[in-house]
Amino acid sequence: MQAMKKTLMAAAMSAAFAVTAQAEGVSDDVVKIGVLADMGGVYADICGKGCVTAVEMAVEDFGGEVLGKPIEVISADDQNKPDVGSAKVRQWIESEQVDAVNGLVASSVTGAVTKVLTDAKKVALISTSASHAFTTKACSPYNVHWTYNVAALANGTVKPMVESGKKKWFFITADYAFGHALEGIATKVINDQGGEVVGAVRAPLGTTDFSSYVLQAQASGADVIGLANAGTDFVNALKTSAEFGLTETSDVAGLLVFTHNAKALDPAIAAGMKATTGFYWDMDDKTREWSARFKQRHGSIPAMGQAGAYSMTMHYLNAIKAAGTDDADAVMAMMKATKPDDFFARNAYLRNDGRMVHDMLLVSIKDAASRQSDDDIYNIEAVIPGDVAFNPMMESCNFSAKS
Amino acid sequence: MKVNKLYLSLFGLSLVAPLVLYPVFLMKVLCFALFACAFNLLLGFVGLLSFGHAIFLGTGGYITGSLMLNTGITPELGILAGTLAAGLLGAVYGKLAVKREGIYFAMVTLALAQLAFFFYLQAPFTGGEDGLQGVPRGMLFGLIDLSDNMVMYYFVLAIFLFGFWLIHRTIHSPFGQILKAIRENEPRAVSLGYNVNDYKWVAFIISSALAGLAGSTKTLVFQLASLTDVHWHMSGEVVLMTLLGGMGTIFGPVVGAGVVVTIQNYLSGGELGNYISIIMGAIFIVCVLAFRSGIVGEFQKMVKKNF
Repeated sequence: MQAMKKTLMAAAMSAAFAVTAQAEGVSDDVVKIGVLADMGGVYADICGKGCVTAVEMAVEDFGGEVLGKPIEVISADDQNKPDVGSAKVRQWIESEQVDAVNGLVASSVTGAVTKVLTDAKKVALISTSASHAFTTKACSPYNVHWTYNVAALANGTVKPMVESGKKKWFFITADYAFGHALEGIATKVINDQGGEVVGAVRAPLGTTDFSSYVLQAQASGADVIGLANAGTDFVNALKTSAEFGLTETSDVAGLLVFTHNAKALDPAIAAGMKATTGFYWDMDDKTREWSARFKQRHGSIPAMGQAGAYSMTMHYLNAIKAAGTDDADAVMAMMKATKPDDFFARNAYLRNDGRMVHDMLLVSIKDAASRQSDDDIYNIEAVIPGDVAFNPMMESCNFSAKS
Repeated sequence: MKVNKLYLSLFGLSLVAPLVLYPVFLMKVLCFALFACAFNLLLGFVGLLSFGHAIFLGTGGYITGSLMLNTGITPELGILAGTLAAGLLGAVYGKLAVKREGIYFAMVTLALAQLAFFFYLQAPFTGGEDGLQGVPRGMLFGLIDLSDNMVMYYFVLAIFLFGFWLIHRTIHSPFGQILKAIRENEPRAVSLGYNVNDYKWVAFIISSALAGLAGSTKTLVFQLASLTDVHWHMSGEVVLMTLLGGMGTIFGPVVGAGVVVTIQNYLSGGELGNYISIIMGAIFIVCVLAFRSGIVGEFQKMVKKNF
C-alpha cells in the first residue's frame, strides 16, 4: 500500500514537471549550451577542450546572462562515436534542458546528433565538422554550420592547383562521412577543371601506419596526392609520404589542415604547402587580440573551429536577446536576419540553409627561416570571398521560404 | 518461495524505476543485461568463451535498423527479423566454432567476428563509420507509438523479461542440465552417450539469437546502429560484465551490465572521462584477483555461509 502511494506520488510529480513554458521568454529559466566534441582522440586538439573554453569565453564576454536568465555551459566527450554522441545529446535534451549544442567535430557524430536535435527542435551549432551534408542533403531548419565546409576547401585549395596544370590526382581518404564528402566534392572540382582522378584509397579513421596507402599513391603516377583526411591522420599520412620520398616526386596536398597540425609538422616537409582555412590567428589586430586572450586561458593558439565556436555562440546569444526568447524557431529566424560581424566572421551572413558564408583564407605553410615564433605558421596568400568559396544554396534547403 | 518473492520485488522495482531514473539509461542497462545474460548462457553454463559475441548484437541491430529505415515494417517484425538473422549467423558460426575447445574456440569466434566486422565496415547498407542514423522507432503492432520514452521503456522491459525467462527456462530444463554436465566434465557427458557438439551448437544458437534480440532492441532505443556494436571492444565488454556480475549465476550478468553501463554513463561527462578505460581495467583486475565469482557469486557465498 505504502509503495502504491509512493508510485502515485511520483507519477503525479513527473506529470507536473512535464508542463513547461513555451515561446515567450527563456524556457526552464536557463539558457544551456552543451559542447560535444572529441576530448581525447584524434580530433581533441582542433576542437575538444578548446571549444569548451571558447564557448565559456563567449558566455563571459556576453555577461553571463541573457534576458535576465543565467547562461550555462556543459560539455561531454563523444569519443568520435555516433552512438555515444547521440545518446549524450538525447540525455541533454530530455533531462538537462539543453537549448543548443555547440562543438560537433567528426561528421559521423554530427550527422547522428543533428537528427536528434532536429527532432527535438533544438539548435545545432556546428563548429568543426567539414561535411557539407548538413546544409545540403541532410539540411535542417535547426542546423547552423559556421567555420568552413568541404566545398570551401575544394574550391579554395584544389581549384587553383588544377588550373595551374596539376591535372592527375590520387586521393588518400579518411573512410567515413567527412572523407567521402571531401573526396567527392574535390573530384567534382577536378573534373570540372579538366583534370582527372586516377585513383583513391580509403584508410580508416585513426590509422597510424599509412605505408601501404602511400605506396599505392606512389604507384599511381599522379601529379598530386590529395590527403582527404584531417587531424593526426593528416599528419601521419604526410610524414609517411615524406619518408617514402613521395613529396619529392609529386605534390602532396592537404585538403583540410588545422593550425595545430601544421605546427606539429617539420617545416622541411611541409613548407610551401597550401591550405584553405576559415581563420588564422595572425591575420590582423582583431584576430590577434582575441587569440592572445584564448591562448592565455587554453595554452595554445586557437584552431579555426575554436574561433568559430566563440563567434557562433556570440551570434546565438545576441539572437536570443534580440528575439526576446530562446525558442529555437524564433532564434534561428533572428540569427538569419542579423549579420554576424566580429574578429572571425568577415563579410558574413547566415544563409537560409544554415550555411554561414564568410571570407575564407588561402594560406601557405612558412619555411623554418621565415618563422618569427612557434605560432608563426602561415603566409596569407589570398582572401577568398565567401560567395566564391561556398557552393550556392540548394533550393530544397531554403528554409525561410518554406515556413 | 523466497526466490519468488525476490523475483516479484525486482519486477515491481523495474516497473517504477523509470519514474525516478532516466528511462533511456534504464533501457540501455536492460539491453546490455539481456546481451550479457545471453553471453552467460554460453560462458557460465556450457563453459564456452565466445570472444566474438558482439557480432550477433550488431547483426541484430543492423538488420532491424535497415529494415525499419527502408521498408517501414512495424518494430516487432523488425526485431524478429534481427533476432532471426543473428540466430542464423550464430548457427553458421557455431557449427564451425564448436569443433574446437578452450582457447581455440575463443580464437575461432574472434576471427569469424572480425570477418563480419569488415563486411559491415565496407557494406553500403550499414553506412560505414556513420552507422545507420535516424532509425524510426515506429508503431508497435501498428497501434502503439514507441517514440515516447516511457512507452518504449515498458516495451524494452517486456522484451528483456521474455529473454530472461527463456534463459532461465533453458537452464532449468533437462537440456540445461546436460549443458551443465558438459561444462563440468565433457568426456563423461560423451561417455554417457550425448552428442556434445550438437548440444553446444544449439546453446550457441540460442545465445546468439538472444544477443541479436538485445541488439535489435538497442537499435530501436537509440535509433542508431553503429560499428561500436560489432567491434571486438564490445565482445570484451560483455565478458567484463559477466565476470564482474558473476559468471554462471542467473542475476550476475544483469548486475554486471548495470554496474558497467552506470560507470560509463556517469563518468563520461565528468573530469574522469578520459580515464574510463583505465578505471574499467582496474575494476577488472580487482575482480579477477579478489572476488573471482563476481558480485552476485560472492554475495551468494556469503549468504550460504552466514544464514
